[in-house]
Amino acid sequence: MCVAIPAQLTTRDGNRGTIDLSGSELEISLALVPEAQTGDWLLVHTGYALAVVTEAEAAETRALLNEVLGG
Amino acid sequence: MSNQLRDSAAVKTLTNKLARLERPIRIMEVCGTHTMSIGRWGLRKLLPPSLQLISGPGCPVCVTPVSYFDALWQLPDVTIAVFGDLLRVPGSHGTLENARARGMDVQVVHGPEQALKLARKRATVLAAVGFETTTPGIADTIRRAAEEKLDGFHVLCGCKLVEPALCALLDGKPDIDGFLLPGHVSAITGSNAFDFLPRDYAASGVVAGFEPVDILAALVLLARMICAGEPGVRNAYPRIVTPQGNQHAQKLIRDVFVPIDTEWRGLGIIPASGLGLAPRYAHLDAARHYGLSLDPVPEPPGCRCGDVLQGRMLPHECPLFAQGCTPSSPVGPCMVSSEGSCAAWYRYERA
Ligand code: SF4
Repeated sequence: MCVAIPAQLTTRDGNRGTIDLSGSELEISLALVPEAQTGDWLLVHTGYALAVVTEAEAAETRALLNEVLGG
Repeated sequence: MSNQLRDSAAVKTLTNKLARLERPIRIMEVCGTHTMSIGRWGLRKLLPPSLQLISGPGCPVCVTPVSYFDALWQLPDVTIAVFGDLLRVPGSHGTLENARARGMDVQVVHGPEQALKLARKRATVLAAVGFETTTPGIADTIRRAAEEKLDGFHVLCGCKLVEPALCALLDGKPDIDGFLLPGHVSAITGSNAFDFLPRDYAASGVVAGFEPVDILAALVLLARMICAGEPGVRNAYPRIVTPQGNQHAQKLIRDVFVPIDTEWRGLGIIPASGLGLAPRYAHLDAARHYGLSLDPVPEPPGCRCGDVLQGRMLPHECPLFAQGCTPSSPVGPCMVSSEGSCAAWYRYERA
């Protein structure tokens, strides 16, 4: 039940946003991620964005993988 | 990124590392979504026999007690808004699908906000079930209903917290060396929320994502800490999870809910493990408004979900598994939800 999907925020209007889900538009709430900007990648669950994925954090994933694969 | 996370060379390197464990270890995957991913990608078959993966109490549908479903049956003629996973769980009187066939107005919603729309037309009860992943959205919905003074909107509170359940499980001194921690719960709580594992229980935990490489990398980190005898918590899902988590969401949960003792299927009543409405939202409580009873009700005879949820039994060890109990006619909730241990085992792990 805790499945959540990554999706890109295409438009934002106050607390509401739209994401593009393989071609179809879906309206979601941004109440939990007030910092979200158009173009951001979000983690979406039951109509709410839970987190914003940042480039710095994506780099951390790569670093972590290098650590695990190497060491 | 997702290609990299399914890369077969990386999978091979990681499973090779896991094949060289210094001692046998047992790891519990707390989250039902992990149970599903592990089955779907056939990861169990890639692991050495010395590394045992057992499923835990991390599917909200599976740990929702019979009494919760029975309470929904006690409702008068209102609309019941439920997440799809709940439709087929048997209660004492049948499933919500059966309830619908008997004329009750059961509506599947994809998110809690949809219940607001329903409540503007007709008295509606939102069946609020979920862990920290789902709870902030429910809290926001409740706040909005109160702001709008939506008379017809009530919630049947069934939301639960992961940490108290893990503590209750660990207090029973299970044979578990470490935990694969739920990635999307942690997106809200933050990875720091699990610092109690090494501190209070000398157990290790790694927050993991859901791709094959995510899960295997987390297992390597866990195995390292366990074999070195240095329990700790690591975050192997930093693209989503931060140490502090989503603080807006945490605040919303604290504003709308208060911790209450609550019943978990198979685990009994766990202190301060559930969420009831805070006093200023208490008028939206469906149990209070409609006088519903949530007293514990016996589980279906023969069902061993309790043992399965605590990792004391593998699904196929239940006498009813694949005999009386299958996904098309489930006896217990672990066979209903696609993320339930028994359903995942039935689908992916049967020889
Ligand atoms: S196989 Fe069915 S009856 Fe047995 S524990 Fe699983 S859900 Fe319960």
